[in-house]
Amino acid sequence: MKSLKAMQHALADSGYQINLLEHEANLIPFTQKLIESGLYPLQPKNLEIFQVNIGKMCNQTCKHCHVDAGPDRKEIMSQKTMETCLKILQAHPIFTSVDLTGGAPEMNPNFRWFVEQIRALGIHVMVRCNLTIIKANKKYHDLPEFYKANQIEVISSLPFYSKDRTDKQRGNGVFEDSIAALHLLNEVGYGIPNSGLILNLVYNPSGAFLPADQFILEKEFKQSLLRDFNIVFNQLFTITNMPISRYLDYLLVSGNYENYMNKLIQSYNPVAASNVMCRNTLSIGWDGSVYDCDFNQMLDLKVQGNSKHIDDFNVEELLQRNIVVNQHCFGCTAGSGSSCGGTLA
Amino acid sequence: MSNHYYNAADLSKFGNIGDFKKDLSDKFFSWYGEVFNEGALTAREKSLIALAVAHSVQCPYCIDAYSTDAYEKGYSEAQMMEAVHVAAAIRGGASLVHGVQMMNKVKEISM
Repeated sequence: MKSLKAMQHALADSGYQINLLEHEANLIPFTQKLIESGLYPLQPKNLEIFQVNIGKMCNQTCKHCHVDAGPDRKEIMSQKTMETCLKILQAHPIFTSVDLTGGAPEMNPNFRWFVEQIRALGIHVMVRCNLTIIKANKKYHDLPEFYKANQIEVISSLPFYSKDRTDKQRGNGVFEDSIAALHLLNEVGYGIPNSGLILNLVYNPSGAFLPADQFILEKEFKQSLLRDFNIVFNQLFTITNMPISRYLDYLLVSGNYENYMNKLIQSYNPVAASNVMCRNTLSIGWDGSVYDCDFNQMLDLKVQGNSKHIDDFNVEELLQRNIVVNQHCFGCTAGSGSSCGGTLA
Repeated sequence: MSNHYYNAADLSKFGNIGDFKKDLSDKFFSWYGEVFNEGALTAREKSLIALAVAHSVQCPYCIDAYSTDAYEKGYSEAQMMEAVHVAAAIRGGASLVHGVQMMNKVKEISM
């Protein structure tokens, strides 16, 4: 399967996506809901998480991917850009966590160097690992040991605890490789009680529906993975699929777009809206551009103000900015809410 | 009045039944919500029961709602279809068991 970009698909154009989200159906504007909740304009509460997308290259081409990542994507962060990120982190201890994502972040040749440099600053690091990368090539087989040596929090996608649903979304063979990778992570101590090595899993629905209750699903995942595969982990984060990029393509092709958007809107939760992750997170793109979140990044909606690139980073200005919102933001505010750390309400 | 009895969009208007009789509607939805809360049975188990009953009462709105709900709650296609078969078996059995009544009557009136 190729990326939308490689197929020269219309949805590879962020402007086309935004226009579609704004005009495809006669939907209530997200800003209207924020106004009704007394949250407009949406502004940061503080800045804690520095999320860095170090590249769109990935060994998988998942059907729901909001990044449109895949083996044919070559955009990755340079070491020079990483050095600028490190200078920002050193100068602004306000950032207590770095969240590394992609694509498969491990495919960036400077990934390990970057992780070690961040850890040398004493900052907590989370890596969004797709699991199969550990099995994809011999050079990645020692990733569990690397994560352990650097006390990394591993956050891994596993759409479901059964093969059929996982492979439908992520491709044939992904479930078996994911299970094998989870065994390797467990073997070095990840997810084992009192090991101090945190292994969290991420669930996102494999279709046009919202996640069930995070607590209930976590219980199901824990029981099933332990019973069927002797696998343990710490927490399950449920994430709602954002109506952008490949998932937007799926919604349109399957005829689910309008129903899904209406479901998101009907499930709008002001408590979730007040806790959205863009209020304590900054998202940095592979080229050093600055965004309010990883979803805005994929729609090329840069932050308001003059700090649109890390070369022009001004933390005071960023703390007072108005966060850029659009119709896709309903994905973060539906039901119990959704963020890179799971539910919000 | 439309020229068909069922419209998928009407499901989302269920809450509007209170427009004509709010006090009873409020009582119904309050009770309904309580029924589906976690209890001696989990919310997940109740979802599968609801899916089976929806087929038994052949309510298209309920089938729409609880097919989605049960799938969201993690039931597989096979589990959901087995639940539908349970509903169908009870319905079929309910008809068939009345065959005993028929037999009783025939025996009563025949020589």
